[in-house]
Amino acid sequence: MLKKRIIPCLDVRNGKVTKGVNFLGNKDIADPVELASFYSDCGADELVFYDITASAEGRGIFTDVLKKAAETVFIPLTVGGGVKTLDDFDRVLKCGADKVSVNSGAVADKTLIRRAAERYGSQCVVVSADVKRENGGYTVTCRGGRDSTGLDAREWIRYCVSEGAGEVVLNSMDADGVKGGFDIEMLKYVCEGISVPVIASGGAGKPEDFVELFKTLPWVDAGLAASVFHYKDIAIPELKALLDENGIPVRL
Amino acid sequence: MIAIVDYGVGNLFSLRSSLAALGYEAENVKDPEKLKFASHIILPGVGAFGDAAKKLEESGMKESLISEAGAGKPVLGICLGMQLLLEKSFEFGVHDGLGLIKGEIRPIEEDIPKGFKIPHIGWNELKFIDHPLFKDIRQGENVYFVHSFHAKNCPSVIAVTDYGAELCAAVGKDNVMGCQFHPEKSGLVGLKILNSFCRLGG
Repeated sequence: MLKKRIIPCLDVRNGKVTKGVNFLGNKDIADPVELASFYSDCGADELVFYDITASAEGRGIFTDVLKKAAETVFIPLTVGGGVKTLDDFDRVLKCGADKVSVNSGAVADKTLIRRAAERYGSQCVVVSADVKRENGGYTVTCRGGRDSTGLDAREWIRYCVSEGAGEVVLNSMDADGVKGGFDIEMLKYVCEGISVPVIASGGAGKPEDFVELFKTLPWVDAGLAASVFHYKDIAIPELKALLDENGIPVRL
Repeated sequence: MIAIVDYGVGNLFSLRSSLAALGYEAENVKDPEKLKFASHIILPGVGAFGDAAKKLEESGMKESLISEAGAGKPVLGICLGMQLLLEKSFEFGVHDGLGLIKGEIRPIEEDIPKGFKIPHIGWNELKFIDHPLFKDIRQGENVYFVHSFHAKNCPSVIAVTDYGAELCAAVGKDNVMGCQFHPEKSGLVGLKILNSFCRLGG
């Protein structure tokens, strides 16, 4: 039986892991390679590295970090942040990434997902969307929630899947960093019935939030979180034991 | 030396790193002639079957691989690399593989129940028969899969996994074997499988 995946996300800036509340006030907390190795030993099923630097110099530091992580950690690695072109795909795939997550790059260039899927295969292309409640609906935002794209999240995700995205990460901007649980309502509205794996992100505060997520929305494949893992509010072995006790299939 | 066949398909970095972590010297090999000097050959691959099969043929790797396998050298295909060991694939048309193992590659969609997502992505349990690749792991351990096609009509299946239906997880015939999953991405369990392969014949 396929297991539900637990995925820590590492936001990397200038070679360090950061995580802010509601994307503001980021604070450096750890060495990403050490943290990746720690998570892998704890039973994380996959890791996401998110590059939040904008400069060319930052990009170089990021790929060095990624290489080191891929040399020490033997679980799937997804890389996101600033991916706008096929060259960006190439750059991170060569450094050990297995999947590449596109967000605003796919909004800016509506052909990016199709071209990437044709070149690298759908299994390599993850579409990630920062979704916010707006005017009674759900819209896709860019730049860490600061800019609305005006795109309806439900339609956008379906478009991306039809273009060849092999996996979807939905991040709730309303729930992110608040630790009040996953945004079940948004996930259900935007992603129910999607034919590719769905990863829920934003809002996890305690282990029970993951139980609620997988019980309420059995078609969700993975739960992603950052600060609750970094600050050890949730320990992955205990989280997995709790999921197992609740009849949710996990890799122990 | 362990040769990783480099024909322009797939993420070789992780595979090389995992072999290095196990203490093996691996080399990305582009020149088919060089396969002669390898003790073991690994054929990786992601992407489309047709394109990969064409690249193997055009580069002369196909001929070299068939000859080295015929000479008894251990060969391990991973993911698409495993699929390429078989006779043919029905992914976007019909394409010939290396034909080192009997069987064909068909969409998993034909076999799994409705509602199961495609691709089959994630960690799933391995149920295997006695085989040197699996000598250091236990039944039911999880490995990482990413695929939409699988081997059918294959008499050499050595492991399966359950995704609503039984899917082929590994094949093996004498010195030629393949994993549909990614051992280089399957944590310690995967490293043990790679280690078992690298120790074959030694």
